Amino acid sequence: MISAPYLEVAVLVLGTVILLIESFSAKLDRRYLGYAALLGLTFIFLATFFVAPQSTTSSAPFWNFYSADATSLFFKRIALATTTGVIVMMLDFAPLVSSGVQGTTPQSGLGEFFALPLFTCAGLMWMSSAIDFVLIFVSLELVTISFYVLVGFTRRNPASLEAAIKYLVLSAVATGFLVYGITWIFGATGETNLQKITTVLSRSGFEQNAALFGGVLVIIALGFKIAAVPFHIWVADVYQGAPTPVTAYLSVGSKAAGFIVLLRVLEPFLILPQMQTLLVAIAVLTLIYGNLAALPQTNVKRLLAYSSIAHAGYLLVAVVSFSGRAVAFYLVAYLLMTLLSFAVLVLVSQPGGDQLESFAGLSQRSPFLAFAMLVAMASLAGVPFTAGFLGKFLVFDAAIATHHFGLVVVAIGTVGAGFYYYFKVVRAIYWDAPASSTDKIIVSPLTRVALIALIAGTFVLGVYPQPIFDALR
Amino acid sequence: MLLLLVTFTPIVAAILIMIGFPARLTALAASLLTLLISAIIVLRFNALSGFQFVVIFPISSEMLLNFALGVDGLSLLMILLGAIVLVAAVWFTGEIEHHENAFYACLLFIGGGAIGAFASLNLFFFYAFHELALIPTFLLIGIWGTGNRRAAAWKVTIYLALGSIILLVGLIMLYHAVPASARSLDLRILQAGQIPSSLQSSIYLVLLIGFGILISLVPFHTWAPEAYASAPAPAAMLHAGVLKKFGLYGLLRLALPLLPDGAREWSGMLLVLLLGNIIYIGLVTIAQRRLDWMLGYSSVMHMGYIFLGIASANILGTTGAAILMFAHGLSIALLFGLTGEIRKRVPSLDLDAMGGLAKAMPLAAFAFGLGIFSAIGLPGFANFAAEIMIVFGAFRNGFDYQHFHIFQWATLLALWGVVISAVYMLRAYRRTFFGSSAESDLVKSDIPSGFRVPIALLVVVSLLLGFFPQIAVNRLMPTFRNYFSATE
Repeated sequence: MISAPYLEVAVLVLGTVILLIESFSAKLDRRYLGYAALLGLTFIFLATFFVAPQSTTSSAPFWNFYSADATSLFFKRIALATTTGVIVMMLDFAPLVSSGVQGTTPQSGLGEFFALPLFTCAGLMWMSSAIDFVLIFVSLELVTISFYVLVGFTRRNPASLEAAIKYLVLSAVATGFLVYGITWIFGATGETNLQKITTVLSRSGFEQNAALFGGVLVIIALGFKIAAVPFHIWVADVYQGAPTPVTAYLSVGSKAAGFIVLLRVLEPFLILPQMQTLLVAIAVLTLIYGNLAALPQTNVKRLLAYSSIAHAGYLLVAVVSFSGRAVAFYLVAYLLMTLLSFAVLVLVSQPGGDQLESFAGLSQRSPFLAFAMLVAMASLAGVPFTAGFLGKFLVFDAAIATHHFGLVVVAIGTVGAGFYYYFKVVRAIYWDAPASSTDKIIVSPLTRVALIALIAGTFVLGVYPQPIFDALR
Repeated sequence: MLLLLVTFTPIVAAILIMIGFPARLTALAASLLTLLISAIIVLRFNALSGFQFVVIFPISSEMLLNFALGVDGLSLLMILLGAIVLVAAVWFTGEIEHHENAFYACLLFIGGGAIGAFASLNLFFFYAFHELALIPTFLLIGIWGTGNRRAAAWKVTIYLALGSIILLVGLIMLYHAVPASARSLDLRILQAGQIPSSLQSSIYLVLLIGFGILISLVPFHTWAPEAYASAPAPAAMLHAGVLKKFGLYGLLRLALPLLPDGAREWSGMLLVLLLGNIIYIGLVTIAQRRLDWMLGYSSVMHMGYIFLGIASANILGTTGAAILMFAHGLSIALLFGLTGEIRKRVPSLDLDAMGGLAKAMPLAAFAFGLGIFSAIGLPGFANFAAEIMIVFGAFRNGFDYQHFHIFQWATLLALWGVVISAVYMLRAYRRTFFGSSAESDLVKSDIPSGFRVPIALLVVVSLLLGFFPQIAVNRLMPTFRNYFSATE
């Protein structure tokens, strides 16, 4: 049996070791570092199934910050799985990194490219366990800072640099909001631990306004992380400019961590009715904006960026309906289908770019990739027998059970819009003739295995969600 | 076990075809096997006991989700329809120029999905199986369609997706409205629960809009004619013949027994809308100049009669509606299949340009005539028996109104639809097959003689039920008697 905090330590050690090898071994083929990271992450993922249950009696101060309950373990697994998927994509993406980085050797910087996601992963895992604002802040910053570097990693590409600057500035603003909010909450309640804050807030006669103000500031900061409207402005440009695997990581990992923190932070505040109204408003705006802005996109990466805003909207509906189960399941489904679509995008865009045209006639160039993208799009749109549909089913179920009919009506419209823009990709793949290059696309065995696993996961969870529910218990 | 086979034979065959099995052979074998199994189910079906051949696999107790299949008289009839039309559609598929495997796989997915939806006892899978047709339809029309196929494919996909999501919301509302003791996604348990009168009205409306879009109830019908005109013939056969019946099946299966007060409240509006289907779309159909569009509109129009049977809310009317669903499926499949064959041989399906095809295509002309006679409800075909039941059922109706009232007015108006459909069908028949035209000289070949098998299948079953409607009525009666036991 392993104690939960060792998982993060293991990830950090893995990252550090890879960084050291990168620095001191000049001759090694850097791709081996990627394989080593994959192997290590797989072991740590398996290790999460042997974590000792948290001892409730332990009164060590550490456990005031850190929780190892089923939910946090579950989100640690999401973080690990995402990182694994992202590193597989990075291996496919490696040739583009080399051309985007100045260096003395052809593989300069590649080792760092594989090491940085591990540090992000450690941050995500801490975030999922954090039950104190101090740890939330520290882990969030670890994640954000490593993302600064990753987003701007291909330094020769101006778009990537622009994305990095935008991300840096806006994240810094969000961090400012977060710290300011935490200060207000601390000032009002005298606590940073979420559980203790709950107790203070529910005390009768407690003056709530100051704490509420702090709570709103924290929600604004988290709104940046999960890409909720009106805090979404960075999303489209940063997603489009960042290296594609990093975009996938941002859109899955960063979002999942944002939602677990949101769930934990909201727990004390949801007793206040004002908070709920605010969240409903954010959810409505996010749903409408994300889906409508995705409609005219012709760049697949940008389309997926807006789709990620749209899915934040559905997740917020689940949050407003107090359904942790729906949030968790939806995130898993989102992980599968988003990684799948980005993994195909990495392969297809290498010769042709991110435009929709490079997908034209994909069914003839690579039937396997075409099918993978079809599954991803069907799941994102919410076609039954895919995980994406079951996620939407749970979200609608939760919203109707809690009588949020206004949200349901908005969501009906946006799902309809979703079918349009996701099927635009399907149309390009199956209807259109190949535009320029008709070469077959080569898929490496590792990527093939990863894609098949993602496809299988999408279908299995589409009809058999019970493993996810069991893991949450 | 038999139900598992009948549902999954087409789906497994579709997957096999996708990974490289010989397309036509596998598809034909699978669809014939499906028909054989559904025939066995029909023979072993016991008319007196409720849901039979039940198989249940629990999936998630938290979500109340299990995979459950079972049939009663109503679903049995629909499964048989699905199997028959699937065989005919696969048989009617001729040479496919490119991606032959994908074409057959799409067809089998639509057929298997429809059968699965009819066999499902769980609302989740009831819904999910129907949606299995969404992507295949998009691809079938978009890749192999004719005319303005891309616009048609978009339209049908967005329309049906929107209809489905509204339907999903309606279904979720439905099972949340049932008291906790009977709350379940399982139809059989759900039917034991009473839904408070105050909630019924809104849920019925949501379900009516959702199902209505799928069935092409006026004013949600605009997708249908365009999609059917552009779709390749086998896709139109399956879609108009089987898949569209899903919505009607849903209304019969869920809305009538669970929401009687809602049905009563909205019956006035439903009557107006269905008269829109019968009269307004009927007149629009007369104005059509192309054979495929004419058939597309006619299939929208005939939905009006089935709605009338459902609206009547008594045993006679609903039984008629169920039989008409079956009979209409057979006749429209035959007509669309033959139209597809004609399309391959003539440059355009414009009714003004065609004519005299009977000379070159005697077999097609004969079969098309049979299809037309059954579609307009000539005595002897099942359509006639069904329409009679619907009309009588609607005239009496299940609500205790006094005096002469809206139902009887609606019935009288609806009767004119029979005249309208006779006008456009017979006129189209004359202009296509008789007279003479430059086009008809171009046609060298009749339909392959092997096509006699699916044609005979479609016609004989319709005649059988036309002469002996009791076969179906006896099996349907127990289902509907439960629905209306309180009122009659």
